Amino acid sequence: MRIVGRCWVFGDNIDTDVILPTQYLLLPDVKSMSKHAFEPLRPNFSNEVKKGDIIVAGRNFGCGSSREQAPAVLKELGVAAIVAKSFARIFYRNAINLGLPVVECSTLYDEIGEGDIVEIDLENGKILNKRTGRIHEATKIPEFIMEIFRCGGLVEYMRRDS
Amino acid sequence: MGMTIAEKILAHASRREEVKPNEIVVVGPDLVMSNDATTHITIDIFRKMGGVKVKSPDKIVFVIDHNVPSNSVQTAEVHKKMREFAKYNSIKLYDGEGVCHQLLIEHHAVPGTVIVGADSHTCTLGALGAFATGIGSTDMAAIWVRDKIWLKVPQTLKFEINGKLPDGVYAKDLILKIIGDIGADGATYKAMEFSGSTVKEMSMDSRFTLCNMAVEAGAKTGIIEPDEKIIEFLSKLRSGRGYRLLRSDSDAEYEKVYYYDASEIEPMIACPHTLDNVKPVREVEGLKIHEAFIGSCTNGRIEDLRIAAEILEGNKVHPDVRLIISPASRNVFRDALKEGLIETFLESGAIVMNPNCSTCWGACQGVLGDGERLISTGSRNFRGRAGNPNSEIYVASPATVAYSAINGVISDYSKEV
Repeated sequence: MRIVGRCWVFGDNIDTDVILPTQYLLLPDVKSMSKHAFEPLRPNFSNEVKKGDIIVAGRNFGCGSSREQAPAVLKELGVAAIVAKSFARIFYRNAINLGLPVVECSTLYDEIGEGDIVEIDLENGKILNKRTGRIHEATKIPEFIMEIFRCGGLVEYMRRDS
Repeated sequence: MGMTIAEKILAHASRREEVKPNEIVVVGPDLVMSNDATTHITIDIFRKMGGVKVKSPDKIVFVIDHNVPSNSVQTAEVHKKMREFAKYNSIKLYDGEGVCHQLLIEHHAVPGTVIVGADSHTCTLGALGAFATGIGSTDMAAIWVRDKIWLKVPQTLKFEINGKLPDGVYAKDLILKIIGDIGADGATYKAMEFSGSTVKEMSMDSRFTLCNMAVEAGAKTGIIEPDEKIIEFLSKLRSGRGYRLLRSDSDAEYEKVYYYDASEIEPMIACPHTLDNVKPVREVEGLKIHEAFIGSCTNGRIEDLRIAAEILEGNKVHPDVRLIISPASRNVFRDALKEGLIETFLESGAIVMNPNCSTCWGACQGVLGDGERLISTGSRNFRGRAGNPNSEIYVASPATVAYSAINGVISDYSKEV
């Protein structure tokens, strides 16, 4: 799987409550929740983000609550992948289950600029920053998780399985 | 090589002689909890998976605790959907009886078992010697369909804490100190095992506070080896069937062991907007507060309310402060009534709420306005967690919160004792 997209840059410890604030969790569906993604940090994010964009962040992305609504709204808005120095455990697992590629890379964040175009080679764990021409090493994703990404999430994976 | 308690529980659950960190095991969880923050989404996913009826309704518990009573038409619809699903599937539902983790402590959780909850603070139950961890909606829906989940066996970090906590210093201060030291991702994917004489001496209520906040360091679970205190605690609540009192082997392998001298711990406070931005309370003393909250799965138990009542007794909440108190469950509320604590709270000018997640969750009670500052016994201080993104949350012990509520500014109670 190759993903090419424009980057949005976020910092360290981006928590689930900032990704989707509590007061919107009980909206009836993910589509209506998605209008409020990153509202405390970037109130216009949901209007400005485009299908295929990529989020790049520092350490501990998605820390906090178990709310799957957090990765779900990003997927709903068309975010194609998240690259971070590290992820919080539950967020990481939720994103995989939703078929939203999450990639650990320790170096991209240090040179990324907002709006840079990057190309991610998921199977081989490589990320090319097209602005600098530098190729970054990412943690390789185990095959069974790749298969969930290819299916588009655990729901589709289970359907295929049965 | 021996195993840690976390490894032993996962080995038993996956019917293996032995498991090692980083191995993937498939287990049928013993207890499965879902609450009103996410269940409506989980039901939709369950149906997308082709689910009609859940596979093992006897293991599943639903709790309506995050927005109680419902605060909007939208919330009412979510609750209705949850109640109907529970009824159709014969799932046990607690409706407004308290915070989910507290209810599992009081009615369901058993040592030596695997517990999963669609709530990050499920790790609270590790204080009963269980392997308890938080999961998301898709994992939850898959369990409803298949009655199993894959888990990676975590490395274990051991926290060996010895000595006596000084007067006015509590489990909350200790866990804040630890999170401040190791960072908000210091235990990501790992189990945090708490041991040592300090933990041994601690009440169960304090142990729950320790394990509750393991997730704030990124941990998969917090866990404490079961001892006679757990057995006594549980024997007062329900019958002892199904217990497995597992302990870590003496030659168990820990990724790292941290040592703490409890006598050196002082009152600590997590400052905005991350849980590892921890300072001694004395360094932020004098900061004006607008609201104070005592409650939550972290610190809403009877011991916490007793500490707060002792400080509030004969005092008045500062006129510029709203003090909101929410017992963690109906049973805790009833005990607090019997002991006269509620009377003390009302006399002091506090607002006493029904048992629920309340201000800690930031969607239904005690929501903050622009530029306001909250001091809370809850678990989180994320930006906007209690409402307005320009408000601030400081997280501390019930003693610090109660004393600060009287003074109108952040205050160090340990100086008074």
